[in-house]
Amino acid sequence: MTDTDGWFADATRDDEEGLAAAVREGSAADPRAWPREAVEAGFAADEDEYYDALHAATTAATRRTVAELERADDRQLVHAVRAMDDCRRTANELAERLAEWAGTVDTEAASGVEYARDLAASDRLDGEPGAEPITSLAERVVDLADEADDLREYVERQTPAVAPNLAALAGPVLAARLISLAGGLESLAKKPSGTVQVLGAEDALFAHLRGHASSPKHGIIYTHDAVRGTRAEDRGSASRALAGKLSIAARVDHYSGDLRPELEAELGERIEAIQARAEAEGDDGDTEAGTETRGESDD
Amino acid sequence: MTDDNPEPPAGVEYRDIAGERRLATRGESVYGEPTDGEWRAWNPDRSKLGAMLESGMDTGLEGGETVLYLGAASGTTVSHVADFAGPTYAVEFAPRPTRDLLSVVDSRPRLFPLLKDARKPETYAHVVEADVDVIVQDVATRGQARVALENRRFLAAGGRLLLAIKARSEDVTRDPDAVFEDVLAELEVEREGEREGEREGEREGGYEVLETARLDEYHVDHLGVVARPR
Ligand SMILES: C[S@@+](CC[C@H](N)C(=O)[O-])C[C@H]1O[C@@H](n2cnc3c(N)ncnc32)[C@H](O)[C@@H]1O
Repeated sequence: MTDTDGWFADATRDDEEGLAAAVREGSAADPRAWPREAVEAGFAADEDEYYDALHAATTAATRRTVAELERADDRQLVHAVRAMDDCRRTANELAERLAEWAGTVDTEAASGVEYARDLAASDRLDGEPGAEPITSLAERVVDLADEADDLREYVERQTPAVAPNLAALAGPVLAARLISLAGGLESLAKKPSGTVQVLGAEDALFAHLRGHASSPKHGIIYTHDAVRGTRAEDRGSASRALAGKLSIAARVDHYSGDLRPELEAELGERIEAIQARAEAEGDDGDTEAGTETRGESDD
Repeated sequence: MTDDNPEPPAGVEYRDIAGERRLATRGESVYGEPTDGEWRAWNPDRSKLGAMLESGMDTGLEGGETVLYLGAASGTTVSHVADFAGPTYAVEFAPRPTRDLLSVVDSRPRLFPLLKDARKPETYAHVVEADVDVIVQDVATRGQARVALENRRFLAAGGRLLLAIKARSEDVTRDPDAVFEDVLAELEVEREGEREGEREGEREGGYEVLETARLDEYHVDHLGVVARPR
């Protein structure tokens, strides 16, 4: 199957396994009139037959993927989120090393992973004496950064399966970091909310992520916009409220697995009430959220 | 509902079910909704699209459409859609609700489940056909405008986007009205030719918003949007 073919291109209608695999693994940049093309290609006699085959293939493919994803457990998630952070950190460190080195030969040298991407994609150092190891290092940086992105996608997808309520409240990446810092979903569920509030405060990664502000009253939940979007003097209350809801979410996820969408609304109301204090005092303090609208800011 | 609401699409009717006038479709029951014979009540408190119809929004739905549904979850709404529409593609990326969606699909031969990420249309463009009549979107996740823009490539030129925006998914702490304003502005923005390898003037031209309505009577801090590709 090439990048422009439909899911039915490489198999016959009785090859259920192959068709389901094509639904799962295939891709195309743009959709086309697949029902018509399938009939024209002789895959199906008419559109009805096509849609019947599509129903069988999408159902089989989805059943298979669901079974695979549900095997995921919190241990896998912990490894994935740690590997993601390691890749990101290493990519950043190597990018700095690269910038120093490349500065000796590249007049357009800048810094960061973006520069590594730029260098790896360009040929401006081709033929420069001594440039080969530099370009090669740039490629390694890009690979690591891409790996971090892939791991992030994996985490975003798996966390809602492992801890749906926690993922809904914290965002999937922050939820995975909390599980990782606690050493698993069960130990997170067993921690008092005061401990959840400061999880990660001692962590070197957090110091690096935070970079711009310091408040020992919060751990990694500082990156949630319920805390960041609240003025400094109310941030203690905001992180207490947030940690309380996150603890409840972790317990529901570990002990019952039910979905409790009302937790999100309750958190929103609590935070609104806390932020309303600032308005009541006619001062909106020094919130750092600014135009940033993300619930969680990490890398 | 009021009397000047647009006609519901063919296959959707107001019927007396369990002593109440209820919006209903014909199909196998899915979430414990009350039924009357083949008819099953469509609960607007559990369905954003149901709420949009009950609020009298002009969705342009007539029945029999080809539909791409983003954020199908366990199938509450998409089951009603498949009852009155034509071929219906249901995209959902979380495995847990998708397991329940599979049983909804069993009795609906033109409902196609896809466990895919709606932010990555290229992972299902080899399955979902071009020029669908309607995209229904209820993903309740950050970046709702981007999801709509990314999936615009599936929509026919005269098609409709029926979108439910959840303010809290963009930012739990911001004023919902401000969030809605930003999401709508992003939807309407033209981003032609921005992506690498993109053919000039195609794709991502944004949407023209035709109608919006707060769905608060049924869903707190949600905005219903009807739009068409420009
Ligand atoms: C509010 S629920 C949808 C309820 C459903 N539309 C109904 O009325 O029956 C939102 C769903 O969108 C899904 N979702 C969020 N982000 C998504 C994405 N990027 N791709 C696919 N589904 C997504 C969530 O997993 C969740 O099940």
